[in-house]
Amino acid sequence: MGRVVLNVNGAVSDVEADPATPLIFVLRNELGLMGAKLGCGLEQCGACAVMADGEKVLSCVRAVSEFEARAITTVEGLADDGDFNPVQRAFLEAGAAQCGYCTSGLVVALTAYLEAAERPDRRGAVEALEGHLCRCGAHADVLRAVDRLVAGAADGG
Amino acid sequence: MAANPSLLSNPALDDWLAFDAGGTVTVRSGKVDIGQRISTAVALLVADELDIDPGRVEVARVETGRSPDEGFTSGSQSMARTGNAVRLAAATARRHLLERAARMLDVDVAALEVDDGAIHSRATNRKTSYWELAAGRPFGIDVDPAAPLRPREALGHVGTAATARAMEALVRGRPYFLHDMSLPGMLHARMVRPPHYHARLAALDEAVVGRLAAEGVEVVRDGSFLAVAAADEYAAVRAAERLAAAASWDIGGGLETRDIYESLRANERVSLPVVDGTPVEAPVPPPADGAATLEARYERPYQMHGSLGPSAAMANFADGLLTIHTHSQGVYVLRAALAEAFGMEPGAVRTVHAPGAGCYGHNGADDAAFDAALIARALPGGPVMLKWMRGEEHAWEPYGSCASMDLRASLDGDGRIAAWSHETYSDTYSMRPRPGPGRMGAARLLSARFLAEPLAPPVMGPAMGRHMGIHRNLDPLYDLPQKRLVKHLVRDMPLRVSALRSLGAYANVFAIESFMDELAGEAGCDPVSFRLRHLSDPRGRAVIEAAAARLDPSGADCPEGRGRGLGFAQYKNSAAYAAVVMEVSVSDAAEIRLERCVIAADAGEIVDRAGLAAQLEGGVIQAASWTLHEAVAFDREGITSRDWDAYPILGFDNAPSFETVLIDPGRQPFLGAGEATAGPTAAAIANAVHAATGLRLRRIPFTPEEVRAAALA
Repeated sequence: MGRVVLNVNGAVSDVEADPATPLIFVLRNELGLMGAKLGCGLEQCGACAVMADGEKVLSCVRAVSEFEARAITTVEGLADDGDFNPVQRAFLEAGAAQCGYCTSGLVVALTAYLEAAERPDRRGAVEALEGHLCRCGAHADVLRAVDRLVAGAADGG
Repeated sequence: MAANPSLLSNPALDDWLAFDAGGTVTVRSGKVDIGQRISTAVALLVADELDIDPGRVEVARVETGRSPDEGFTSGSQSMARTGNAVRLAAATARRHLLERAARMLDVDVAALEVDDGAIHSRATNRKTSYWELAAGRPFGIDVDPAAPLRPREALGHVGTAATARAMEALVRGRPYFLHDMSLPGMLHARMVRPPHYHARLAALDEAVVGRLAAEGVEVVRDGSFLAVAAADEYAAVRAAERLAAAASWDIGGGLETRDIYESLRANERVSLPVVDGTPVEAPVPPPADGAATLEARYERPYQMHGSLGPSAAMANFADGLLTIHTHSQGVYVLRAALAEAFGMEPGAVRTVHAPGAGCYGHNGADDAAFDAALIARALPGGPVMLKWMRGEEHAWEPYGSCASMDLRASLDGDGRIAAWSHETYSDTYSMRPRPGPGRMGAARLLSARFLAEPLAPPVMGPAMGRHMGIHRNLDPLYDLPQKRLVKHLVRDMPLRVSALRSLGAYANVFAIESFMDELAGEAGCDPVSFRLRHLSDPRGRAVIEAAAARLDPSGADCPEGRGRGLGFAQYKNSAAYAAVVMEVSVSDAAEIRLERCVIAADAGEIVDRAGLAAQLEGGVIQAASWTLHEAVAFDREGITSRDWDAYPILGFDNAPSFETVLIDPGRQPFLGAGEATAGPTAAAIANAVHAATGLRLRRIPFTPEEVRAAALA
């Protein structure tokens, strides 16, 4: 075992962990942040997505030590309790989940895309979901949420 | 309407509903929420029948000993069974409480008004409430199946589009799933699996076992069942890798690698004619005399549930009691199977549902529960959380059976079907761990065969009920003067199988609805008119007409280079009616693009429009994924479809736009919708590809290779 210092959702934590441990195990088991889901452990399904310095990254393979100097945001860090970020709100309004196992990964991916894109559009948002799998077939409602988001971004900047 | 089996086996009102001191109502259902939003629908039904805010309705988790036993959450029966039961329970409770209120307030029942559970007498201005009358007190009466329901026009929530109850927790990433549970002292476990079903452990490097033990890792072994457990989850993952490398296996003859479609024809089988949707113990009649106008063979490979979250379970063996947290679809059946496996009284086993990833039928949930229980039995006195790995989920879940369908029909001079024959060759869909002779429940749990005292999986007889397994939707809803329907249950097929969403209906409807288009072509008729010519069921006609009105399957207004196709069925000839029209294009790389989709469905009285539409659309997407991409691959050494690269599924980049028409038939029985669109979707895609390219695809999946093969044929 070793120690790693992580900046997650604006809070710095010093946790005991083997530095080779994939980030997701530290987030879930040491920090109690259960939003990132272990779906494949192979960087193939996107359920474990989080942001590092605003960029979407997958947390199921890469070692926690790679993230020590970066600001990590998990789905739990996207909004305060009484509030939702725009993607969360669009998902709520569109009912964009069935079982919900893929949901936090989708929310993180779309948040990272919308924050980075100069002119967000549907095509770009769908590209941002490449590598994200949904097995229930909630695609239609997820894409309705996307349409709300890119329309909102176009209207309000 | 036939009596609701859920009420027959759980008649007491107190089984279903209780008023709590805090101004809430707890509803107990035996159907688990697997993303189909049954808990949302239950809350709407109870809220409206009691005339209270849905926020006052708590839907309890499903667990043995407390929840009504409603068998499995399967067969698109959640609404027809539990939806109907809780509505009648609430209606019974409302009538009972209003009668008590009338006595207490000394007024006539008709003079009472209910406002969010407060009961008020217009005559005397006196008040009481449901909770004052009933909180914490059992009713002691049975649910009345004839209890009067509130009129539809009085309902404020039923029939609207609701927000799913879990949605806020899901978008916030709050702990929600079984996988998110964490208890003090909990050990994390991982399995070490053999290469395939028939392999057995030959040797284990004891030096590795000793080193793992020295590091605090527990190794659990029972015959060829191998697992590790450790306080740290990643330590368990790495320990499983090391133990796997330390194990050598006797792989025997490996898996049978003959072409599955050859095996379906060549292997021993049980063949039964099917009459009115039901198999009969009788000789299979010969095909009709005379030349067939058309004959065609359709095929569907093994396909997987492919849950996004690997199966998991938490088990605790303490003081002779086994407690399991599971995402199984049937907590009572699982309890019975575990009791069988461990030689325990069912009362000493408690199974509690916690949500898993969507399962779409019998996936690895029950197997993982047994695995966790085996590990916990070896490490008693504390909770053990077992999570399967991705490769394990892909390789060990029970797949949907492969199937081969022979269709044959002749047309009369008026372009009507004169004779129809449909034979389906397939394996069982019934390997859920129902208890039975020879510890049949336990024997159907995956790891039973690997134990030091193994239980061999049973060989199942043919399912004989109406529209079960292989013969689900074998009997078309069309009016056909002469039908010859045959189910062939084929033995000795190579892969482990069980119930996958819609069972045999997916393959049968794919075949029927593809063949209907082929026959329509022979008859020189458009696909809609040809179907309507053979369909008198008015609700069936209505969904076809509604879908066709929005997206014409004959493609008269279809953009250049695209094609449209229609598929239709009433699931089980008794559940929801669904018509699917798909518009596709085919790229130069022979990839099928899903452009537009219209669904029209009649699922009986609508409770939650959003949930209903999500089930129908999700069914289309999942079936489109099966149809375009999915086939489980294997060789002698085992399953090779062990990850999402080797077993790709439909992505967000190929989802069609949807228009979904929900036909509301008024106060009609709830008809399950979760499986209604699977079969129609496969046929709609095949028919659309034919319209776009002239190619008739009869073997799923429709990969570019399959499209090119059809072009060369």
